[in-house]
Amino acid sequence: MATESVKYVAPESEVKIKNKVFPRPGQHTSGIVDWLTTIDHKKIGLMYGMAALFFLIVGGIEALLIRTQLWSHNMDVLTNREYNQMFTMHGTTMVFLVIMPLSAAFFNFLMPLQIGARDVAFPRMNTLSLWCFIAGGIILNLSWFFVGGAPAIGWFGYAPLTDNRYAEVLNDMGPDFWIFSLQILGVASLLASFNFITTIINMRAPGMTMMRLPLFTWMTLFVSFLLILALPAIAIALAELMFDRTYGTNFFDYLEGGKPHLWQHLFWIFGHPEVYILILPAMGIVSEVIPVFSRKPLFGYGLIVFSGGIIGFMGFAVWSHHMFTTGMGIVATSAFSILTMLIAIPTGVKIFNWIGTMWGGRIRFETPMLFSLGFITMFMIGGFTGIMHSSVPIDAQHQDTYFVVAHFHYVLIGGALFGLFAGFYFWLPKMTGNMMSEKLGKLVFTLMFIGFNTTFFPMHYLGMIGQPRRTHSYNEGHGFETWNQIATVGSFLLGVGVLIGVLQFFHSFRSKKLKPAGKNPWDARTLEWTLSSPVKEYNFARTPIIKSRDQAWENNYGSRENHSEKEPLDDHGVHMPDRSWTPLITATGLFIFVLGMLFRVTIEFSNLYLITPYEIALCGIGVFVLGVIMWATEGPGGYHLFPNEEEE
Amino acid sequence: MSDAHALEHHEPVTCTGVPNKKILMWAFLGSDCMFFGTLISTHLIYRKISGTVGGNALDIRDIFDIELTSFSTFILLASSLFMALAVSAIHKGNLKSTRWMLFGTIIFGAIFLACQVYEFTHFVHAPGNELTLSTYRGEPHVFGSTFYVLTGTHGTHVAIGVFWLLGWLVYSFTGRMSPADAMDIECCGLYWHFVDIVWIIIFPVIYLMEYAM
Repeated sequence: MATESVKYVAPESEVKIKNKVFPRPGQHTSGIVDWLTTIDHKKIGLMYGMAALFFLIVGGIEALLIRTQLWSHNMDVLTNREYNQMFTMHGTTMVFLVIMPLSAAFFNFLMPLQIGARDVAFPRMNTLSLWCFIAGGIILNLSWFFVGGAPAIGWFGYAPLTDNRYAEVLNDMGPDFWIFSLQILGVASLLASFNFITTIINMRAPGMTMMRLPLFTWMTLFVSFLLILALPAIAIALAELMFDRTYGTNFFDYLEGGKPHLWQHLFWIFGHPEVYILILPAMGIVSEVIPVFSRKPLFGYGLIVFSGGIIGFMGFAVWSHHMFTTGMGIVATSAFSILTMLIAIPTGVKIFNWIGTMWGGRIRFETPMLFSLGFITMFMIGGFTGIMHSSVPIDAQHQDTYFVVAHFHYVLIGGALFGLFAGFYFWLPKMTGNMMSEKLGKLVFTLMFIGFNTTFFPMHYLGMIGQPRRTHSYNEGHGFETWNQIATVGSFLLGVGVLIGVLQFFHSFRSKKLKPAGKNPWDARTLEWTLSSPVKEYNFARTPIIKSRDQAWENNYGSRENHSEKEPLDDHGVHMPDRSWTPLITATGLFIFVLGMLFRVTIEFSNLYLITPYEIALCGIGVFVLGVIMWATEGPGGYHLFPNEEEE
Repeated sequence: MSDAHALEHHEPVTCTGVPNKKILMWAFLGSDCMFFGTLISTHLIYRKISGTVGGNALDIRDIFDIELTSFSTFILLASSLFMALAVSAIHKGNLKSTRWMLFGTIIFGAIFLACQVYEFTHFVHAPGNELTLSTYRGEPHVFGSTFYVLTGTHGTHVAIGVFWLLGWLVYSFTGRMSPADAMDIECCGLYWHFVDIVWIIIFPVIYLMEYAM
């Protein structure tokens, strides 16, 4: 049965200036134009996911090069500077171009489905956020091809490593690329967060009260608030650094009155909430997966929501535990030490709630569940070493050793990445309509679990016996070799596991041989599982009226009065807005502007025409302004769909 | 199948009753608070720990022109009155009054910006007391860095607001403006008032406090 459609005719008041050059592509757009101009949150989510998985491979290769360099003492795989570039790019890529956008992929795809909305509140802004993220990723990796190559300053960019005077290479452009790419990635995150906050607060289906929201949506809300309040700190710090490097101000220049210490504070005021920005989405995913595979409702829903909020709030009050060895004074150090111990409590509450959910449940050990169990156990180890570091003397002992590397990889791979992989195995059937091979999934889990622990557990010991981090080599006679070799072997196992997993994800989109998923293959609980897989472009043919927290489950097993109802289909049908070029144009303007800001020399086109960086930047601003004006004046356009009721 | 011409646009009903655009603007302003909070903190921290330069105490009163800044502060605050009247007028459907009030806001915003440009030029060239991005009286200092970047960021906000309002002013001459635009102009107003409020913090903390010490 085909869905009928009718072209949308805007009322007189809405007809704005007609845009002839880039008209909004209409209903039957397909192929590359569709992907470039789409404003559908599901396609945007998929593009976020695909780009982030690509960067995961890039960042993974950088990690493997680091591990190869550390295979034995005094290795020469990488030079000193190349090693610094590798760990800088690895850290920056994994944090900003992998974990954050993977979370954003799930936010985009799932959140509107979980609250019963047609799309996010501002679909075109959502697209702009995607293109800003892509632009930021390109700018960061473009740095390899310019003076000085990639930044060699660490993902934290501590002053005075970023000071021009101490650059190893004259006119090193690496830090500039780093500054601008982070800045533009920040724009992407801010736009997305404003959008998600508005959507969750304002666009819930009737009956979907806040305390009926699925846990993942709650975590989306908390992470969005964390982002809009934490990102400004680093945006300003980066702007100040940009002024230091380009216009000679003295913010972080010790010789001229600035304080490098301030950079650390500003960076970690952002950087610590960032840790929770990375882990809360994974916690949300795990909170959805565990009840489904334990066949029990989530134990202590309210407590998990509340502890998520507490974690987000307290996340702003513990940043200085990254700086215990900088000499902040006894009062500040003690205060941050105590707060760091306290923040472990809400995290512990969540872990006990997940265990409570599994307790007495009928557990099915399928791949999403395995990854979730991996998450809980690995995240607990990372959490324990985290609590160790809240003690100032222990922290001072571990500062800048491999123990810290072990700690945060247990949190970020064992925690965040395992959680996100659980999400992929759980929700990809909803996105593609195809089930993935359970056997291959279990193989990926086994490889990743064993590889991960073989890589990072020995690092605890290496750190204890004194191997410094961020150091490109070590001498013979410290006894570092054996454990480093074990770690390197493990890292390649982990790499193979991740690669097979990523290939499996991409494969599941195209394969005709896989089993179709149907509406609810896992017998899952939340609203998105009442829709067909893959989800239709209009999401809900009729807006659902929500009656209970686990609506899909209640519809299947609950009593009659808890079944969801549907709003009557009015004769307007479903209004679908047209696709739009303006987000892409606006983001391109920003991209050109940033390039203009980065270049310092005049570019010559075969002696014919000279173009200065200022002209490039002005061009960028021109394109940006043009995009904004077209955006404001193009009007919604669109078409109406009259979906058949069964076609949800 | 209904007739295509019967399909009309209708405002979506939201859970809170507050329009989406307004929530977006409030979220943005919350975020913007943190931007200015970071800048103001940076300035105050350095003001406290970097008092002297090359043996000379920093006496910024020698170059500040508090009469001019008080005047421009008054102008900026007055522009908020025009903005509020513009929002009120568009809600009542009085397009002519809206246009005049928008025009007044733009002019006052522009006067404030002109004062700031004059002030910056004056500071950079103050004889014997030159305050540049990186120096004070020819010696390296951080006051110029924090001061110009903070007040410059605020000025950029005002400038963006002025261009936004100019967009509305131009739009009002196309004949398409109607009370349906009230929501959008109100969001613009929220932004404008916020930028004013930031100045209400900057003026005492950055300027007046220098005279209290």
